[in-house]
Amino acid sequence: MLEHVVNGLVLGGTYALVAMGLTIQYGIARIMNLGFGDMIIAACFATYVLSTTLSINPIVSLLIIVPAGYAVSDVIYRVLMKPLVDRAPDDGALEVDSILVTFGLLFVIQGVLLAIFGGGYTSYSFLNTPVNVLGTVVAGNRLLALVLSLLIGGALVVILFRSRWGMILRAVALAPHSAPLFGIDTDRAARTAFAIGGAMAATGGVVVSMFQTFTATAGVVFTMKALIVVILGGKGSVPGAIVAGLLLGLVETFVAAYVDPGLTLAAVYTVFLVLLLVRPNGLFGKA
Amino acid sequence: MNKTLFEAARLTRRQTACALAALAIAVGAHGVAAQDRDKVTIGYAISKSGPNAGGADMTVTPNYELWVQEVNAAGGLTLPDGSQLPIEVIAYDDRSSAEEVVRAVERLATQDEVDIILPPWGTGFNLAVAPLMAKFGYPHLAGAAVTDKASDFVERWDTSFWFMGGSVDYVSAFTDILVAEREAGRINDKIAMISVADGFGIDLVKAARPSFEAAGFDITYDKSFPPETSDFATILNEAANSEADTFVAFTYPPHTFALTKQAKVASYSPPVFYLGVGAGFPVYPGIAGGSVEGVMSLGGIDPDNELNSAYRAKHEEIVGRAPDYWGSVLIYASLQMLEQTIERVGLDKSAIADELSTGTFSTVLGEETRLENNQLRAINWVGQWQDGQFVAVSAEGGGGTVAAELPKPDWE
Repeated sequence: MLEHVVNGLVLGGTYALVAMGLTIQYGIARIMNLGFGDMIIAACFATYVLSTTLSINPIVSLLIIVPAGYAVSDVIYRVLMKPLVDRAPDDGALEVDSILVTFGLLFVIQGVLLAIFGGGYTSYSFLNTPVNVLGTVVAGNRLLALVLSLLIGGALVVILFRSRWGMILRAVALAPHSAPLFGIDTDRAARTAFAIGGAMAATGGVVVSMFQTFTATAGVVFTMKALIVVILGGKGSVPGAIVAGLLLGLVETFVAAYVDPGLTLAAVYTVFLVLLLVRPNGLFGKA
Repeated sequence: MNKTLFEAARLTRRQTACALAALAIAVGAHGVAAQDRDKVTIGYAISKSGPNAGGADMTVTPNYELWVQEVNAAGGLTLPDGSQLPIEVIAYDDRSSAEEVVRAVERLATQDEVDIILPPWGTGFNLAVAPLMAKFGYPHLAGAAVTDKASDFVERWDTSFWFMGGSVDYVSAFTDILVAEREAGRINDKIAMISVADGFGIDLVKAARPSFEAAGFDITYDKSFPPETSDFATILNEAANSEADTFVAFTYPPHTFALTKQAKVASYSPPVFYLGVGAGFPVYPGIAGGSVEGVMSLGGIDPDNELNSAYRAKHEEIVGRAPDYWGSVLIYASLQMLEQTIERVGLDKSAIADELSTGTFSTVLGEETRLENNQLRAINWVGQWQDGQFVAVSAEGGGGTVAAELPKPDWE
């Protein structure tokens, strides 16, 4: 029983880690980024290249890839998203436009990765060492994903709710049209939020590449999972993403252990549907 | 009114004349091209993107490229009169979509009018294009396709050729090894088995259940999992708890890699550890962190076969990486057979099919490779990592295989 809880939380840690960035991009910048999973895959390949060609330890490569993820997302926002934000008459229109544009972005990233790396499977082994957690042996790399998601999530919550800067971001999320009346630069806040989301996609990619086999076209799987977690947790809510991610991990593990491994996906979608029926805005969503 | 009608008729007649003239020019041009042919066009549709790209990129595409490059470097394909023609390739990406592969093959046959069409990757895709290939009369050298129904397909499409055997072949060869090991007292009679709920896994597990049970084995754990699964901690836990000495997983590469990593973390090392696609990839030892000794899977090579060693060296030199230890060599051999057939009978499609059916060829598999009922039967069914190579094994060894070495040593 306890081992399933530990395994479930460790698996859920990965889900939470990859979903947090998306929830921030959606909640604050109001951009539904369908290319999110492909940014994760790009970070996976970057980690792989750094580790195989320059022998840079994947954990050290976080120091390079995460700022790069921030910078690239910042540029993407300035070039691709800003014109959409400027011309969108309302939030609904921005949401639709951003879905369309990031859908295109998805194929651009995918195409570039395909051209550089081909369609083959890429995988390497790092930190695949047994770690004993409360009597259950888990893989070190997966435990790292859980620890990172809790640390980053905790830090984000503290920043968002305890700092002036976080208050500005929350103000933009809550009332994007009123925020400028208080002297808040909404464009800058949205750009920062989008870039933070990109940095977190990069973090997720670096960690995921340590234990999961990836291909240039596997991004959509991550986007799907992250979307489920974001909607379950309530869009824009960082604590919601963490709780929903861990919950999904637990559900999958318990169903695999006590029911049938073949039903894990069905169970995830059942939880998703039931929760949406009860709380249409997600666990931590604003009613 | 009459005048208009007359005009319309005249217009139509003029258009018809134009069309006829255009057609005549086109036919004429084509006729000239056929006589003074300066190249052989070979087309194929392959998964360069999408979920199938990983498998296609490992086993099929590099061999197509390697073969074309080799043939062209040697002056081109030789025809019966001794003349040589270079190969021109038309390649499409089927984006791992069954509709797309059918559309692309139809295009290759009707619009590009290529001389030869090479098959796509995967059992499902080969079955999807088989009726079209037969309809247009192209010989279909289905390389990367595992099917127990090959004999039925040969009856239905007599220009189809099947190079990879069927699930029953792989499973029964593996069962023979298990029976011998049980008699030698090295394993108990329990088997834990998992399979991916998709084409390959379903096919293999369907053949495996009756085969294991008929041999008196008790399948204590038998579960399938969705293809999207990436975490195997719980599944391996349950398999370990089933007290089976034999662990069998009919999986695709991402699962094969993840299972290996998880088994190492959990120190789960049963005497027989058998995995699906991917365990025979040359990258596998790197992914597993070195220690793969004793891991079993489908395929395997005879390390004493010099033709095969030369092929592997050439693949590594030209493609930049080693071929896999299962399907690559079969695909390459099928291309060599095609090359020799064209040298004997030319480019007539039905003559090529007849010669492939009945001829004997010199390939990387051996000096006398031939098909039985349009199927390649002399292939390796079970492989095992021994001393850094994935070699073909059997219970006793012999006939191009070595004896299986069990129990599998612990992970390092």
